[in-house]
Amino acid sequence: MTRALFFVLAVAALCGCGRRETRVTSGNKEQVLHVNNGAEPQNLDPHVVTGVPEHHLIMSLLEGLMSEDPHGITPQPGTAERWDISPDQTIYTFHLRKNARWSNGDPVTAQDFVRTYRRALTPSLASEYAYMLYVMKGAEEFNTGKITDFDQVGVKALDDHTLEVKLNSPTPYFLSLLNHYSWFPLHIPTIERYGPLYERGNRWTKPGKFVGNGAFALHEWRVNHMIVVRKSPTYWDAANVKLNKIYFYSIESSDTDERAFRSGQLHKTFVLPETKIDTYREKYPGLLRIDPFMGTYFYLVNTKKPPLDDKRVRRALAMSVDREAIVKNVTRGGQLPAYHFTPPGTAGYTARARFPFDIEGAKKLLAEAGYPNGKGMPPVEILFNTLETHRAVAEAIQDMWKRNLGIDVRLLNQEWKVYLDSKKTGNYQVARYGWIGDYPDPNSFLDLWLTGGGNNDAKWSNLEYDRLIQEAGRTADLAKRLEVFQQAEAILLDEMPVIPIYFYTRVYAIQPGVKGWYPTILDNHPWHKLWLEEAKN
Amino acid sequence: MFRFIARRFLQTIPVLFIIATLTFFLMKSTKGGPFDTEKATTPEIKKQLEAHYGLNKPVWAQYLDYMGNLVQGDLGPSFKYAGWKVTELIAGAFPVSLELGCYALAVALTIGMIMGFVAALRPNSAMDYVPMSLATLGICLPTFVMGPLLILTFGIALGWFNSSGWFFMSDRVLPALTLGGYYAAYTSRIARSGMMEILSQDFIRTARAKGATEWRVIFKHAFKGAIQPVVTLTAPVTASMVTGSFIVEKIFDIPGMGRFFVTAAFNRDLTLVVGLVLFYATLIVVLNLIADIVLVWLNPRLRFE
Repeated sequence: MTRALFFVLAVAALCGCGRRETRVTSGNKEQVLHVNNGAEPQNLDPHVVTGVPEHHLIMSLLEGLMSEDPHGITPQPGTAERWDISPDQTIYTFHLRKNARWSNGDPVTAQDFVRTYRRALTPSLASEYAYMLYVMKGAEEFNTGKITDFDQVGVKALDDHTLEVKLNSPTPYFLSLLNHYSWFPLHIPTIERYGPLYERGNRWTKPGKFVGNGAFALHEWRVNHMIVVRKSPTYWDAANVKLNKIYFYSIESSDTDERAFRSGQLHKTFVLPETKIDTYREKYPGLLRIDPFMGTYFYLVNTKKPPLDDKRVRRALAMSVDREAIVKNVTRGGQLPAYHFTPPGTAGYTARARFPFDIEGAKKLLAEAGYPNGKGMPPVEILFNTLETHRAVAEAIQDMWKRNLGIDVRLLNQEWKVYLDSKKTGNYQVARYGWIGDYPDPNSFLDLWLTGGGNNDAKWSNLEYDRLIQEAGRTADLAKRLEVFQQAEAILLDEMPVIPIYFYTRVYAIQPGVKGWYPTILDNHPWHKLWLEEAKN
Repeated sequence: MFRFIARRFLQTIPVLFIIATLTFFLMKSTKGGPFDTEKATTPEIKKQLEAHYGLNKPVWAQYLDYMGNLVQGDLGPSFKYAGWKVTELIAGAFPVSLELGCYALAVALTIGMIMGFVAALRPNSAMDYVPMSLATLGICLPTFVMGPLLILTFGIALGWFNSSGWFFMSDRVLPALTLGGYYAAYTSRIARSGMMEILSQDFIRTARAKGATEWRVIFKHAFKGAIQPVVTLTAPVTASMVTGSFIVEKIFDIPGMGRFFVTAAFNRDLTLVVGLVLFYATLIVVLNLIADIVLVWLNPRLRFE
């Protein structure tokens, strides 16, 4: 054992005993940002990935027609410096910057966008996010093979620097949608050089091969460890990009993440473990951030399974949950109790319809449904996937339903993929679920519950609701459109195929030296607008 | 000896075939597929995806396809990490795990054998109780407690080491101690019983009776016999150490193979799972073979047969 100790001391002495300059300190001096990105990306090809870590990386490497707003969610000019919208709001004409360049020096042209969208929509590529392009005329038909002539799809290069996009119907969130990576341009000649353009498994995204038009260029990629990007000299606004390099780490364990932050290896954690939130509140409030996030944590109810096919039972379950207690004692991350479904302030929309926290009312509804004080009610099973938070929330709700309604509640924990399968096949009664909006618009939350929708695992169907969502899709007048969504959400909350629990927040730790980082409800932060300052002591 | 090695390799082929088949069908029989996500894509796109990877064929046809490629040495593309081949992922991660495994093994064998032999020389004295209590503690203290304890002490409080990552030589120290310390505890107990058994045998008494020094008795006469149980243990331990530990890699954020073993199964990344299992199985076979050869060399009573 003395030997072991000696070994440790010897090695410590060798690597220069005592404290060394941390990565954060040296990064602040050299404008090198170290962030944890949460996971190893599936790939860096926007047409074959689906996740959030991928989005953060791709945002640094590629730039779409629009760019993110560091302060909020209003789309900013990106590769397009300006755009015209037709009076009926279905034709967008984008004027591209003449000085927009790829990292190999080629100019970024309108044809690049057309060829990229053709690739995204080609069926053999099987791009999972191809449906994000379905607002474009003919896109869905081309992607599903109903038409094979790409000229019929509503995207056209009028000249090298003018791109025209025709939409199926007025889409007020279209410019926001363009900030999703499925709309970013790709350098097609590079892709063709390293493999078939319309097949998966192309190797063009590796360092040394990747050509992008973003503010940063791919520098190094160590699988399961980190990806390094460095400032791109060809970016049109390179003069205003302050960071020289960004290290994206793929640390999955939130405890490892937090320890790396605490020892000065990271400027920002991906998340903060729940067990640490209170400690940070007390000891390091300056490092803790809690930002509102456009997502809803809710319980999905299988409306095909008695007794949950009775809306009075569903309402009783929803009304008897003490959400304040859950966010205060269980999740503890500043989450907002949810009494409606679409997160508040989603593109200027906050639902007027609410349901109450009313135990007496819930009891009455349950009695009306034939289960006074829970008598005769078959046990209800809550399904959740493996995660401590999900279990804790489920246990709290189990207790509330038992205490408030007299219902016997069981918990069922399943591994992620098994849980997804149970949910999809309707093999559950009540299931924990969460939804993060793809773009800031109530449609991103409310079109989930269309009859037969791909994610409508509540198997709920309401024809009036369907009609309203479709009507909103056709309405060009903004105020009128939001009013239609109000009516739709009122139906949803009356029928309760979902039981909203809380609205998500993003909880993380960040060093004070990181500047230009503001809360945004989409949690996207344009890397090229950030800079670092040396901490003053 | 070469016939012995050749025969062992030939025996291995059907074993690997059975392992690949079993793993393939086990993965196929679990619920959920590689492309099931929280946000379901459209049924049309899902069909396109499955067609691309041949998942729309009947299971037996998929099996034949997979085996056909396997025979040619192709482990296929990873489902989760699009654009990476399974062989590339293993080739990238294995050297990291191998490096860590070697350091950890060195820690385990050095500390373990010294503690075990010291304990065996003075049984039931303080020299025995202290190292053996430490060993019991080491076995009871799992890596997920040991790792964070080391990080909190040497990484955060003292600032000698990075708390995680795999960049500098110094980043190897804490993970090697965590992983190696656990096996050192095992090794010491086995080394102790091995040494005690040898020391109680007649030829040791003869050597002592002839006046050999204690030093000579231990190193000349007893050592070879005493390390035999350690060698037997070392083969499987080495296999599991050099293929990475999920927990140690997670705690220290090490880009090794260990995390693939767990995440690939969670992701239903069938090709990666079968590839890893085959790789691991081959490694165990090879290491067991080496252990057998070493044992024959240590013990003249054994023969290659």
